[in-house]
Amino acid sequence: MQKIAEINQYKSEVKNLSFYYGTFNALKNIDMALHDKKITALIGPSGCGKSTFLRCFNRMHDLYPGNRYEGDIMLYPDNVNILQPKVDPIEVRMRISMVFQKPNPFPKSIYENVAYGLRVRGIKQRAILDEKIEDALRNAALWDEVKDRLNDLAFNLSGGQQQRLCIARALATDPEILLFDEPTSALDPIATASIEELIADLKDKVTILIVTHNMQQAARVSDYTAYMYLGELIEFGETDTIFIKPRNKQTEDYITGRFG
Amino acid sequence: MKFIKNKAWQSGRAKNVNDLDDLRKIISHHKRWDLLFMITGIVALMIAILTFISLFAQMLIDGMPRLSWDFFTSFPSRRPESAGILSAWVGTTLVMLVTAVSAVPLGVGAGVYLEEYAPKNLFTEIIEINVTNLAGVPSIIYGLLALGLFVYQLGIGQSILAAGLALALLILPVVIVATREAIRSIPVAIREGAYALGATKWQTVSDHLLPYSSAGILTGIIIGLARAIGETAPIITIGALTFIAFLPPSPVTDEFPYISFEWLTAPFTVMPIQMFNWVSRPEEAFQLNAAAAGLVLVVMTLAMNGLAIYLRYRMRKNIKW
Repeated sequence: MQKIAEINQYKSEVKNLSFYYGTFNALKNIDMALHDKKITALIGPSGCGKSTFLRCFNRMHDLYPGNRYEGDIMLYPDNVNILQPKVDPIEVRMRISMVFQKPNPFPKSIYENVAYGLRVRGIKQRAILDEKIEDALRNAALWDEVKDRLNDLAFNLSGGQQQRLCIARALATDPEILLFDEPTSALDPIATASIEELIADLKDKVTILIVTHNMQQAARVSDYTAYMYLGELIEFGETDTIFIKPRNKQTEDYITGRFG
Repeated sequence: MKFIKNKAWQSGRAKNVNDLDDLRKIISHHKRWDLLFMITGIVALMIAILTFISLFAQMLIDGMPRLSWDFFTSFPSRRPESAGILSAWVGTTLVMLVTAVSAVPLGVGAGVYLEEYAPKNLFTEIIEINVTNLAGVPSIIYGLLALGLFVYQLGIGQSILAAGLALALLILPVVIVATREAIRSIPVAIREGAYALGATKWQTVSDHLLPYSSAGILTGIIIGLARAIGETAPIITIGALTFIAFLPPSPVTDEFPYISFEWLTAPFTVMPIQMFNWVSRPEEAFQLNAAAAGLVLVVMTLAMNGLAIYLRYRMRKNIKW
């Protein structure tokens, strides 16, 4: 009974995951879990494999030749291993959305940017599009700023607004998990604060996995934190525990700034 | 060169006035190379530009008096003063039409495939190297290929269709390379952004990559056509007539179905061949005709390049990366 209860708290579970770029072993036997409707942060020094790990969740590595996964990423409640070759990566990407490091709006209007994920899913009726786009923009705290200029080019927005637009674009399709790959690293402190606030608000709606370079950010927004080093998961646990009383000496050194 | 040995200066901790003087000396010494290169560059540029300007001016002086409405609406003639370029510019326009209609879908399709779909292996690498090398094959070789394949094997004859296809082969590498480069200049983040939303390859290509790279692709197409418009060797090889006093059948007819493709199989001539014909005449007056035709050809080419620049400017206005 204990076991089942635990599983129900999980949105996803990573079991013995290894990943190879050609012959380079970038991730080594990672085991961890994503708690449902919680924020999990991935921290660690540059090159430790945080982004590589994140990009396993939406099978982004399938776009490039020579990449190989080993192990499982289970998605609950339907209990499917999304890394299986027979699972279509496009289906995985439709269920698990991603926000990138630098804002990457398409050179289209604000409206069309948010609409794209819906259009890919075959939604054509204007009324449904309008409604979902408004919802997504409201959830991304952007609606009030753009409601009068939905047909303006997305490039005319500020960097922080562009990133919120990308979040709206990812939210419009009701993803089960939202992946953030250092979403504030290209933004100024004020825009960063607004994105962090937004991420914290979103956790009622969606399970979030966020890669961050910034430990304060991990401490501020996340419920769970994983510390990675050289492709290995060194420590994983509740954020408060990791930051106040890490079990591992290496984690402690990194968090206190003695290393990294 | 005493100051080179000065430790304080070397380590960037120059503090007293003497060291600063040394620093200024070495900077002004280095700047002499800037000046020298600038002068060399300007000379090189002037040689290129002045050559073109003098050639163009000579043609302008010779050809300008011959340019009139009649020059465009008359067939060639034995009498130089009544000879015109009607059959030549009509022929050039129709050949260019065939070239564009066949080279654009083939070239863009091949470019998109190589860039987005083709697996990266030895076979595609060989194809890639070959495509790039094809751009350097002498144009007369394309003429020979077209003569053997289109004119004789496929029995198309010495026609507008054969010439248009020959020139299409000639500019195909240009279009393929331009397509690939235009697609490659789209940031990885945009492509991944589309895939991350669950788009298929074709959705990514048709909704994003092609629209965003259209300016670059179009520029490549127009530059290819501008090259083709001046080509003489492959067209002569196919067997274009040098003297032709009739037009191909009109593409529009007054009988059902109102459209005719008979013009495709008609014999023809083109601008550079008309020029070549006149230049080879001994009479001075025909040389002036050649200059006038050359002027028209240069203006056509420059207009096409101008259009390419304008389109690139217009279409890239909304795209910032």
